[in-house]
Amino acid sequence: MEINDFIKCVAEQYEEVDAQEFTPETKFKMFEEWSSLTSLSIIAAVDDEFGITLKGDDIRNATTIQDLFEAAEAKA
Amino acid sequence: MYNPFSISGKTILITGAGSGIGRSTAIIASQMGATVILVDINEEGIKETLSRIDEHKAGHSYYVVDLMDSKEVESLVEDVVCLDGLVNNVGISNTRPLHLIREEDFNLVVGLNTKAPMILTNLLYKKKKFNKGASIVFTSSLAGLYTFTPANGLYSLSKSALTSYAKSCAVEFAVREIRSNCVNPSMVNTHLKESLSFSEDEYKKDVEKYPLKRYAEPEEVAKAIVFLLSDASSYITGHTLLVDGGRSLK
Repeated sequence: MEINDFIKCVAEQYEEVDAQEFTPETKFKMFEEWSSLTSLSIIAAVDDEFGITLKGDDIRNATTIQDLFEAAEAKA
Repeated sequence: MYNPFSISGKTILITGAGSGIGRSTAIIASQMGATVILVDINEEGIKETLSRIDEHKAGHSYYVVDLMDSKEVESLVEDVVCLDGLVNNVGISNTRPLHLIREEDFNLVVGLNTKAPMILTNLLYKKKKFNKGASIVFTSSLAGLYTFTPANGLYSLSKSALTSYAKSCAVEFAVREIRSNCVNPSMVNTHLKESLSFSEDEYKKDVEKYPLKRYAEPEEVAKAIVFLLSDASSYITGHTLLVDGGRSLK
Protein backbone atom coordinates (compact mmCIF):
# COMPACT_ATOMS: atom_id res chain seq x y z
CA MET A 1 0.00 0.00 0.00
CA GLU A 2 1.50 3.30 -1.16
CA ILE A 3 0.73 6.53 0.69
CA ASN A 4 -0.22 8.24 -2.59
CA ASP A 5 -2.80 5.56 -3.41
CA PHE A 6 -4.14 5.86 0.13
CA ILE A 7 -4.42 9.66 -0.15
CA LYS A 8 -6.26 9.30 -3.48
CA CYS A 9 -8.67 6.82 -1.91
CA VAL A 10 -9.43 9.17 0.99
CA ALA A 11 -9.70 12.24 -1.29
CA GLU A 12 -12.29 10.50 -3.47
CA GLN A 13 -14.71 10.44 -0.56
CA TYR A 14 -14.97 14.24 -0.54
CA GLU A 15 -17.36 16.07 -2.85
CA GLU A 16 -16.33 19.69 -2.38
CA VAL A 17 -12.59 19.56 -1.74
CA ASP A 18 -10.17 19.40 -4.66
CA ALA A 19 -8.06 16.22 -4.70
CA GLN A 20 -4.91 18.38 -5.07
CA GLU A 21 -5.40 19.70 -1.56
CA PHE A 22 -4.75 16.32 0.06
CA THR A 23 -1.26 15.52 1.37
CA PRO A 24 -0.03 13.23 4.16
CA GLU A 25 -0.23 16.23 6.53
CA THR A 26 -3.83 17.09 5.65
CA LYS A 27 -6.10 17.21 8.69
CA PHE A 28 -8.88 15.37 6.94
CA LYS A 29 -11.58 16.06 9.53
CA MET A 30 -11.15 19.85 9.31
CA PHE A 31 -13.09 20.28 6.08
CA GLU A 32 -16.58 21.72 6.34
CA GLU A 33 -18.18 18.77 4.57
CA TRP A 34 -16.73 16.24 7.06
CA SER A 35 -19.50 14.09 8.57
CA SER A 36 -20.11 10.60 9.85
CA LEU A 37 -21.04 9.69 6.27
CA THR A 38 -17.55 10.74 5.08
CA SER A 39 -16.08 8.64 7.87
CA LEU A 40 -18.09 5.58 6.87
CA SER A 41 -17.25 6.18 3.20
CA ILE A 42 -13.52 6.18 4.02
CA ILE A 43 -13.87 2.96 6.04
CA ALA A 44 -15.73 1.23 3.18
CA ALA A 45 -13.44 2.57 0.43
CA VAL A 46 -10.24 1.55 2.26
CA ASP A 47 -11.74 -1.90 2.75
CA ASP A 48 -12.59 -2.18 -0.96
CA GLU A 49 -9.30 -0.75 -2.21
CA PHE A 50 -6.79 -2.33 0.18
CA GLY A 51 -8.72 -5.07 1.98
CA ILE A 52 -8.08 -3.37 5.31
CA THR A 53 -10.91 -2.84 7.79
CA LEU A 54 -10.50 0.42 9.68
CA LYS A 55 -12.67 0.98 12.74
CA GLY A 56 -14.44 4.10 13.91
CA ASP A 57 -11.76 4.42 16.60
CA ASP A 58 -9.01 4.54 13.96
CA ILE A 59 -10.74 7.50 12.34
CA ARG A 60 -11.35 9.15 15.71
CA ASN A 61 -7.75 8.75 16.84
CA ALA A 62 -6.23 10.05 13.59
CA THR A 63 -5.66 13.73 12.90
CA THR A 64 -3.80 13.64 9.59
CA ILE A 65 -4.03 11.30 6.63
CA GLN A 66 -0.56 10.06 7.61
CA ASP A 67 -1.99 8.99 11.01
CA LEU A 68 -4.76 7.10 9.29
CA PHE A 69 -2.34 5.54 6.81
CA GLU A 70 -0.22 4.26 9.70
CA ALA A 71 -3.30 2.83 11.42
CA ALA A 72 -4.18 1.04 8.18
CA GLU A 73 -0.62 -0.22 7.69
CA ALA A 74 -0.64 -1.68 11.20
CA LYS A 75 -3.61 -3.82 10.14
CA ALA A 76 -2.19 -4.87 6.74
CA MET B 1 -54.46 -15.76 39.22
CA TYR B 2 -55.82 -14.66 35.87
CA ASN B 3 -52.91 -13.61 33.72
CA PRO B 4 -53.43 -13.34 29.95
CA PHE B 5 -49.84 -12.09 29.61
CA SER B 6 -48.46 -15.47 30.67
CA ILE B 7 -46.49 -17.57 28.19
CA SER B 8 -46.14 -20.46 30.62
CA GLY B 9 -46.21 -23.84 28.91
CA LYS B 10 -45.55 -22.43 25.44
CA THR B 11 -42.73 -23.74 23.27
CA ILE B 12 -40.87 -20.89 21.59
CA LEU B 13 -38.06 -20.96 19.05
CA ILE B 14 -35.78 -17.93 19.03
CA THR B 15 -33.19 -17.19 16.34
CA GLY B 16 -30.17 -15.05 17.11
CA ALA B 17 -30.50 -16.28 20.68
CA GLY B 18 -26.76 -16.09 21.32
CA SER B 19 -26.71 -12.35 21.98
CA GLY B 20 -28.62 -9.08 22.32
CA ILE B 21 -32.40 -9.04 21.95
CA GLY B 22 -32.55 -12.79 21.23
CA ARG B 23 -30.69 -13.61 24.43
CA SER B 24 -32.91 -11.30 26.50
CA THR B 25 -36.04 -12.81 24.96
CA ALA B 26 -34.84 -16.32 25.80
CA ILE B 27 -34.08 -15.35 29.40
CA ILE B 28 -37.39 -13.59 30.00
CA ALA B 29 -39.45 -16.25 28.19
CA SER B 30 -37.86 -19.02 30.25
CA GLN B 31 -38.36 -17.06 33.47
CA MET B 32 -42.03 -16.82 32.54
CA GLY B 33 -42.35 -20.57 32.20
CA ALA B 34 -41.90 -21.09 28.47
CA THR B 35 -39.76 -23.83 26.98
CA VAL B 36 -37.23 -22.21 24.70
CA ILE B 37 -35.41 -23.53 21.65
CA LEU B 38 -32.35 -21.41 21.01
CA VAL B 39 -30.89 -21.03 17.53
CA ASP B 40 -27.69 -19.22 16.65
CA ILE B 41 -24.62 -19.71 14.48
CA ASN B 42 -22.44 -18.96 17.51
CA GLU B 43 -22.33 -21.91 19.90
CA GLU B 44 -20.45 -19.99 22.58
CA GLY B 45 -23.13 -17.31 22.54
CA ILE B 46 -25.92 -19.86 22.89
CA LYS B 47 -24.17 -21.58 25.78
CA GLU B 48 -23.78 -18.23 27.50
CA THR B 49 -27.52 -17.63 27.07
CA LEU B 50 -28.29 -21.12 28.37
CA SER B 51 -26.17 -20.51 31.44
CA ARG B 52 -28.35 -17.48 32.25
CA ILE B 53 -31.72 -19.21 31.94
CA ASP B 54 -33.29 -21.45 34.48
CA GLU B 55 -31.41 -24.65 33.74
CA HIS B 56 -33.35 -26.56 36.37
CA LYS B 57 -36.37 -26.58 34.14
CA ALA B 58 -36.05 -29.42 31.67
CA GLY B 59 -36.90 -29.10 28.03
CA HIS B 60 -34.83 -26.17 26.83
CA SER B 61 -32.72 -27.03 23.81
CA TYR B 62 -30.44 -25.39 21.31
CA TYR B 63 -29.30 -25.75 17.72
CA VAL B 64 -26.16 -24.31 16.17
CA VAL B 65 -27.39 -23.40 12.71
CA ASP B 66 -26.28 -21.19 9.85
CA LEU B 67 -29.66 -19.82 8.78
CA MET B 68 -28.18 -18.87 5.39
CA ASP B 69 -27.65 -22.57 4.66
CA SER B 70 -30.88 -24.13 3.39
CA LYS B 71 -29.76 -27.68 4.20
CA GLU B 72 -29.13 -26.76 7.83
CA VAL B 73 -32.49 -25.01 8.02
CA GLU B 74 -34.23 -28.08 6.59
CA SER B 75 -32.66 -30.33 9.26
CA LEU B 76 -33.62 -27.86 11.98
CA VAL B 77 -37.25 -27.78 10.85
CA GLU B 78 -37.31 -31.57 10.53
CA ASP B 79 -35.99 -31.96 14.05
CA VAL B 80 -37.92 -29.38 16.10
CA VAL B 81 -41.16 -30.08 17.94
CA CYS B 82 -44.31 -28.11 17.16
CA LEU B 83 -44.13 -24.47 18.19
CA ASP B 84 -46.42 -22.01 19.94
CA GLY B 85 -44.09 -19.16 19.16
CA LEU B 86 -41.35 -18.24 16.72
CA VAL B 87 -39.11 -15.22 17.23
CA ASN B 88 -37.33 -14.35 14.00
CA ASN B 89 -34.71 -12.21 15.59
CA VAL B 90 -31.47 -12.91 13.74
CA GLY B 91 -29.96 -9.89 12.04
CA ILE B 92 -26.85 -8.08 10.92
CA SER B 93 -26.06 -4.41 10.42
CA ASN B 94 -24.27 -2.69 7.56
CA THR B 95 -22.98 0.87 7.48
CA ARG B 96 -21.90 1.37 3.89
CA PRO B 97 -23.00 4.47 2.03
CA LEU B 98 -25.23 3.46 -0.90
CA HIS B 99 -22.64 3.98 -3.62
CA LEU B 100 -20.18 1.67 -1.85
CA ILE B 101 -22.56 -1.25 -1.33
CA ARG B 102 -21.20 -4.36 -3.02
CA GLU B 103 -23.24 -7.28 -4.27
CA GLU B 104 -21.76 -9.40 -1.47
CA ASP B 105 -23.05 -6.87 1.11
CA PHE B 106 -26.52 -7.07 -0.40
CA ASN B 107 -26.45 -10.85 -0.41
CA LEU B 108 -25.31 -11.03 3.22
CA VAL B 109 -27.61 -8.38 4.71
CA VAL B 110 -30.75 -9.21 2.76
CA GLY B 111 -29.84 -12.90 3.00
CA LEU B 112 -29.71 -12.90 6.78
CA ASN B 113 -32.20 -10.14 7.67
CA THR B 114 -34.91 -10.92 5.13
CA LYS B 115 -34.42 -14.17 3.24
CA ALA B 116 -33.40 -16.37 6.18
CA PRO B 117 -36.46 -15.54 8.36
CA MET B 118 -38.71 -15.99 5.33
CA ILE B 119 -37.27 -19.40 4.40
CA LEU B 120 -37.40 -20.64 8.00
CA THR B 121 -40.96 -19.42 8.60
CA ASN B 122 -42.28 -20.74 5.28
CA LEU B 123 -40.74 -24.14 5.92
CA LEU B 124 -42.07 -24.38 9.48
CA TYR B 125 -45.52 -23.57 8.13
CA LYS B 126 -45.23 -26.00 5.24
CA LYS B 127 -44.14 -28.81 7.58
CA LYS B 128 -47.02 -27.95 9.95
CA LYS B 129 -44.70 -27.16 12.84
CA PHE B 130 -46.89 -24.35 14.18
CA ASN B 131 -49.57 -25.22 16.69
CA LYS B 132 -52.96 -23.68 16.15
CA GLY B 133 -52.95 -20.17 17.60
CA ALA B 134 -49.16 -19.83 17.37
CA SER B 135 -47.55 -16.40 17.31
CA ILE B 136 -44.71 -15.33 15.03
CA VAL B 137 -42.71 -12.25 15.98
CA PHE B 138 -40.11 -10.56 13.79
CA THR B 139 -37.43 -8.25 15.12
CA SER B 140 -37.65 -5.59 12.47
CA SER B 141 -36.64 -1.95 12.88
CA LEU B 142 -37.70 1.64 12.94
CA ALA B 143 -35.18 2.00 10.10
CA GLY B 144 -36.90 1.67 6.78
CA LEU B 145 -40.22 2.52 8.40
CA TYR B 146 -39.77 5.94 10.05
CA THR B 147 -36.06 6.65 10.00
CA PHE B 148 -33.70 6.75 7.03
CA THR B 149 -30.24 7.63 8.28
CA PRO B 150 -27.09 7.99 6.16
CA ALA B 151 -25.12 4.78 5.48
CA ASN B 152 -28.00 2.67 6.73
CA GLY B 153 -29.77 2.16 3.40
CA LEU B 154 -29.11 -1.53 2.97
CA TYR B 155 -30.14 -2.37 6.53
CA SER B 156 -33.30 -0.22 6.15
CA LEU B 157 -34.17 -1.97 2.91
CA SER B 158 -33.77 -5.42 4.44
CA LYS B 159 -35.88 -4.55 7.48
CA SER B 160 -38.69 -2.82 5.58
CA ALA B 161 -38.93 -5.92 3.40
CA LEU B 162 -39.07 -8.02 6.57
CA THR B 163 -41.89 -5.86 7.98
CA SER B 164 -43.77 -6.33 4.72
CA TYR B 165 -43.26 -10.11 4.85
CA ALA B 166 -44.54 -10.23 8.44
CA LYS B 167 -47.79 -8.61 7.31
CA SER B 168 -48.16 -11.11 4.47
CA CYS B 169 -47.73 -13.93 7.01
CA ALA B 170 -50.55 -12.38 9.06
CA VAL B 171 -52.83 -12.56 6.03
CA GLU B 172 -51.90 -16.02 4.76
CA PHE B 173 -51.36 -17.90 8.02
CA ALA B 174 -54.56 -16.65 9.69
CA VAL B 175 -56.32 -19.70 8.32
CA ARG B 176 -54.50 -21.71 11.02
CA GLU B 177 -55.11 -18.93 13.56
CA ILE B 178 -51.43 -18.07 13.47
CA ARG B 179 -50.65 -14.44 14.23
CA SER B 180 -47.67 -12.55 12.83
CA ASN B 181 -46.31 -9.25 14.12
CA CYS B 182 -43.16 -7.15 14.22
CA VAL B 183 -41.40 -5.27 16.92
CA ASN B 184 -39.72 -2.22 15.44
CA PRO B 185 -37.01 -0.95 17.77
CA SER B 186 -34.88 2.11 17.21
CA MET B 187 -31.34 1.98 18.56
CA VAL B 188 -30.74 -0.77 21.11
CA ASN B 189 -27.66 -1.21 23.29
CA THR B 190 -26.35 -4.37 21.61
CA HIS B 191 -23.26 -5.29 19.61
CA LEU B 192 -25.03 -4.06 16.45
CA LYS B 193 -24.93 -0.56 17.91
CA GLU B 194 -21.20 -0.92 18.59
CA SER B 195 -20.63 -1.66 14.91
CA LEU B 196 -21.99 1.77 13.95
CA SER B 197 -18.79 3.48 15.10
CA PHE B 198 -20.46 6.50 16.71
CA SER B 199 -18.20 9.03 18.38
CA GLU B 200 -19.21 10.35 21.79
CA ASP B 201 -20.42 13.62 20.19
CA GLU B 202 -22.49 11.80 17.57
CA TYR B 203 -23.99 9.62 20.28
CA LYS B 204 -25.01 12.67 22.33
CA LYS B 205 -26.58 14.33 19.28
CA ASP B 206 -28.43 11.16 18.33
CA VAL B 207 -29.80 10.50 21.80
CA GLU B 208 -31.30 14.02 21.74
CA LYS B 209 -33.68 12.78 19.05
CA TYR B 210 -35.28 10.43 21.60
CA PRO B 211 -37.90 11.91 23.95
CA LEU B 212 -36.74 9.36 26.55
CA LYS B 213 -33.14 10.55 25.98
CA ARG B 214 -31.58 7.11 25.83
CA TYR B 215 -31.39 3.99 23.70
CA ALA B 216 -33.34 0.84 24.54
CA GLU B 217 -31.95 -2.01 26.56
CA PRO B 218 -32.40 -5.44 24.90
CA GLU B 219 -34.77 -6.46 27.71
CA GLU B 220 -37.13 -3.66 26.79
CA VAL B 221 -37.52 -5.02 23.27
CA ALA B 222 -37.75 -8.59 24.62
CA LYS B 223 -40.70 -7.63 26.81
CA ALA B 224 -42.56 -6.30 23.76
CA ILE B 225 -41.79 -9.58 21.96
CA VAL B 226 -43.13 -11.57 24.92
CA PHE B 227 -46.36 -9.52 24.84
CA LEU B 228 -46.85 -10.44 21.18
CA LEU B 229 -46.14 -14.11 21.98
CA SER B 230 -48.71 -14.13 24.77
CA ASP B 231 -52.48 -14.55 24.57
CA ALA B 232 -52.82 -10.95 25.75
CA SER B 233 -52.26 -10.00 22.10
CA SER B 234 -54.65 -12.63 20.72
CA TYR B 235 -56.43 -10.17 18.39
CA ILE B 236 -53.29 -8.35 17.26
CA THR B 237 -51.85 -9.49 13.94
CA GLY B 238 -50.00 -7.74 11.11
CA HIS B 239 -48.94 -5.07 13.56
CA THR B 240 -45.71 -3.09 13.76
CA LEU B 241 -45.07 -2.39 17.43
CA LEU B 242 -42.69 0.56 17.76
CA VAL B 243 -40.28 0.15 20.65
CA ASP B 244 -38.53 3.43 20.10
CA GLY B 245 -38.63 5.65 23.19
CA GLY B 246 -40.67 8.07 21.11
CA ARG B 247 -38.00 8.45 18.38
CA SER B 248 -40.60 8.33 15.59
CA LEU B 249 -42.31 11.42 17.02
CA LYS B 250 -39.35 13.73 16.43
